[in-house]
Amino acid sequence: MIREFGTGEVIYIVLAIRWTIALSLIAFLGGALGGLTVALARVSDNTSARLAATGFIRLFQGTPLLMQLFIVYFGLNIVGLPTSAWLAAAVALTLHASAFLGEIWRGCIQAVPRGQTEAADALAYGYVTRLKDVILPQAARIAAAPTTGFLVQLIKSTSLASIIGFTELTRAGQVISNATFKPFVVISLVAVLYFILCWPLSLAAKRLESRFDRAVAR
Amino acid sequence: MNMVPTKPEPALQAQTLPAIELQGLEKWYGAFQALKNVDLTVQSGEKIVICGPSGSGKSTLIRCINQLEEIQGGTIRVDGKALTNDPKSVRAVRREIGMVFQQFNLFPHMTILENCILGPIKVAGVPRAEAEEIAHEYLKRVRIPEQANKYPAQLSGGQQQRVAIARALCMRPKVMLFDEPTSALDPEMVNEVLDTMIDLASDGMTMICVTHEMGFARKVADRVIFMDHGEIIEENDPEQFFEAPRHERTRSFLGQIA
Ligand SMILES: Nc1ncnc2c1ncn2[C@@H]1O[C@H](COP(=O)(O)OP(=O)(O)O)[C@@H](O)[C@H]1O
Ligand SMILES: [Mg+2]
Repeated sequence: MIREFGTGEVIYIVLAIRWTIALSLIAFLGGALGGLTVALARVSDNTSARLAATGFIRLFQGTPLLMQLFIVYFGLNIVGLPTSAWLAAAVALTLHASAFLGEIWRGCIQAVPRGQTEAADALAYGYVTRLKDVILPQAARIAAAPTTGFLVQLIKSTSLASIIGFTELTRAGQVISNATFKPFVVISLVAVLYFILCWPLSLAAKRLESRFDRAVAR
Repeated sequence: MNMVPTKPEPALQAQTLPAIELQGLEKWYGAFQALKNVDLTVQSGEKIVICGPSGSGKSTLIRCINQLEEIQGGTIRVDGKALTNDPKSVRAVRREIGMVFQQFNLFPHMTILENCILGPIKVAGVPRAEAEEIAHEYLKRVRIPEQANKYPAQLSGGQQQRVAIARALCMRPKVMLFDEPTSALDPEMVNEVLDTMIDLASDGMTMICVTHEMGFARKVADRVIFMDHGEIIEENDPEQFFEAPRHERTRSFLGQIA
């Protein structure tokens, strides 16, 4: 039986965007925490912390996100947790975002001139003051544009969660497309919705970037 | 009230420990030796000027004193205490020693006032109001009273360097290190910074200044030290140093910068 592609179907797809947004937010916030930890470990004086962070980044940058999703999905079972597409997608994307944000932010921290650290050291600041008050605020300005850019990537990456059966925007589109046999219309609608989500962020990233370029030129 | 001037007794003075004492200092960057067996004693209140060709180890020497660089041999004593690598004692030593860099190294995202009060608040635990009072006092001292709420980029180079001096002084250090503080400045701004340093010297601050400003050295220095290839070649009072340098290398260096 073939369903009509009507208002109900459109609403079903549009509403699924909330899962894409929720997954993106969780992965981004979790990834921000993880990413900060990874970035700080990467620039620390402690050799084992540096090595561990480097290994983590290499692992997640060197394997496809789809494999990471599968491994976490089937891995949940092995560590005794119920197999849940929602949990697996949230965990895998958080780890993925931690690795990428960690590497982006390491670069931003290291882009803060060396003299800033030396001045903080010479003034006897402790580790926390040096980072929190001196280095990170300056790194954050450098990081704003690439971080927003990564968020756009992350939103698009959540579509892969459909493959382990998590019903976000892409999966909702597939469901409707299979039922109505109108793949072109349905997938176009899905693409437009991603675009509406991502485009303002891309614009914001561009603006942040040019603002930063002006600040540096000054 | 005690109206007797508080000049220290000579006997007492002789007993006080040197502010800084370097013995047999060795510094290596990988296979390159940047400091070779450097000995230097600086008494409290003394002003030392260090000069020498580029790459001779002047920056390295003073950066070892506040432990921005690790040493591979010898000992450094500050106020009689030998320095160790224990993080707590490293910070304790740095609290006693202020440093002024060639490139100012002000924190660009903070106002002048914030640059000055962060250390007193976070390191010395001074309440904010009191920290601001201290900051205003030293900003006045370096003759930048009206700029406290501006950002570093809004100030001239000379003003920024004077703020950097004030920021260091806000920690109430016993010793001040200067690493070519006027080398990055436009010529017309050099004197305002040197004048600030001369003021500081006349207040009795112990100072170690890497500089090629020979007028400053003549006026302020108790001793001038000449370094070359990581060694102290010559050490003398300014008069002797400039008029009758003992070593050929000192003579040719003075000839170059004159
Ligand atoms: N971080 C470093 N790594 C390797 N070599 C260095 C480093 N810092 C300084 N040097 C070398 O040590 C020598 C002394 O440097 P420096 O103390 O900066 O000289 P100066 O201040 O007298 O110009 C130079 O040859 C310099 O190239
Ligand atoms: Mg130097």
